[in-house]
Amino acid sequence: MLQSTCPPLTIEGLTKFYGQTLAVGPLSFSLSAGSTTGLLGGNGAGKTTTIGMIMGLIEPTQGRIRVFGHDMARERLDVLGRMNFESPYVDMPHRLTVRQNLRVFARLYGVEDINGKIARLASDLALKDFLDRRNGSLSAGQKTRVALAKALINDPELLLLDEPTASLDPDTADWVRGYLEAHRRDRGCTILLASHNMSEVERLCDRVIMLRAGRLIDDASPGALLARYRRDRLEDVFLDVARGRTKDVSEAAS
Amino acid sequence: MRARAAFSLNRVGAMIERYTYLLRSSWPRLLEMIYWPAMQMFTWGFMQNYLLGLQTQGKANGAVMAAGALIGAVLLWDILLRGQQGFSFAFLEEMWSRNIANLLMSPLRPLELILSLMAMSLIRLVASVLPVALMAMLFFGFNLWSLGLAFWAFFAVLILFAWSVGLIVSGILLRYGLGTENLVWSLMFVIQPLGCVYYPVAVLPSWLQMVCWALPPTYVFEGLRGLLVSHVLRADLMLTGLAIDAILFAAATFGFFRLMASARRSGGLLQTGE
Repeated sequence: MLQSTCPPLTIEGLTKFYGQTLAVGPLSFSLSAGSTTGLLGGNGAGKTTTIGMIMGLIEPTQGRIRVFGHDMARERLDVLGRMNFESPYVDMPHRLTVRQNLRVFARLYGVEDINGKIARLASDLALKDFLDRRNGSLSAGQKTRVALAKALINDPELLLLDEPTASLDPDTADWVRGYLEAHRRDRGCTILLASHNMSEVERLCDRVIMLRAGRLIDDASPGALLARYRRDRLEDVFLDVARGRTKDVSEAAS
Repeated sequence: MRARAAFSLNRVGAMIERYTYLLRSSWPRLLEMIYWPAMQMFTWGFMQNYLLGLQTQGKANGAVMAAGALIGAVLLWDILLRGQQGFSFAFLEEMWSRNIANLLMSPLRPLELILSLMAMSLIRLVASVLPVALMAMLFFGFNLWSLGLAFWAFFAVLILFAWSVGLIVSGILLRYGLGTENLVWSLMFVIQPLGCVYYPVAVLPSWLQMVCWALPPTYVFEGLRGLLVSHVLRADLMLTGLAIDAILFAAATFGFFRLMASARRSGGLLQTGE
């Protein structure tokens, strides 16, 4: 195990080109242990590409990603057991039951007490009623909870969430946010959360990184962003950033 | 609690468990594994009986002696085809279920994934070829196991080639998406005429024979005919076949990793659709 003093995530000059098109970067930031950071931006801002690069599923064109001090370009296999993710772009086998899916991932992550772990997650995430149903037969809300259970199967120290409440009804989305809040508080894991949902970001995140066209536009706590943009709601800050009104703000501030 | 970075048989076992759940959950998948090899075996088995009948009546020449090799060729062809499809289908299931990113983001190593696909290829082979081989014994008196050591030599050459094709097809699927999934079904059928499954290499034009001898299955089917007609196993054929296999398997593994790296560059691993 590497030294625990290393930041959970450090990104330096991360850049991704698809052909001649710049998708992300250059992007640099670092996450402190136990924090929840929101990655905010409109469609095409580069959130999913950034998370994909952190996970090692997309190769950066330039730059470096370190997770707990490990260079993801060379040592990702050493650190993948300490992180996990959930994304709407990824699913789990539909023909397997929830229990079977969780069991397979528990083995992949080297979980020791598999049955006990699944029982705890089923209790925490209210999966008990459909633990032996096929994944393909579940509702969107149930699938999201199962995907979250998979993301938490190894008690990750770094959790990457890409729009975790997208397509959920307000009640289920609120439930998921409450669970994530409690999980972070109880387990102290570090969370990077890509989202479009401003209330979600305000509620969960103690820091917000704002992206537009792949570039970092702003990086501060929700409160500091509201003050800087002279707004009452983060949604208005989002619109300012998305519509390129940041220059006016910085001029007004100076 | 933390997964070790070293190679893990437990993770290979987890993947085999995952594919076994899938097979058990779907009777059409199980049925499909048996019915097509069985249909092939019956078609060619009756053809063999017909040719042997002609020979008995003196209406065919000595070449028809080789007709005894037909059903053996059918069974060995199924080992080749099913070996590749067992490998590729298991991989294709990950693409269909959009699960590949979950796997590649987990501590599962690509080598462990490949080993689990090989294991599934063997499991599916046992499930599909074993009942058909028993049927061949029952209905046509052809005992695949009577080939003895030769059977295992044929099997080794064929399965290695099947895995090589499976690896390349899986790499292409990963890089170019589900739009290329027809390769899983069709690529091996390009090999069939060139592998000389049902006829000797000698009947082909000389320029095409060179291509045939570059393919390991050719050595198996030539070896099978030689064994059934002359009762001699050509060890030189088997060794050459295995040597070519080793080269092709190394090239296919290299190709798979290159295609995976290319998919990583293009962002295809996160969105594995068409």
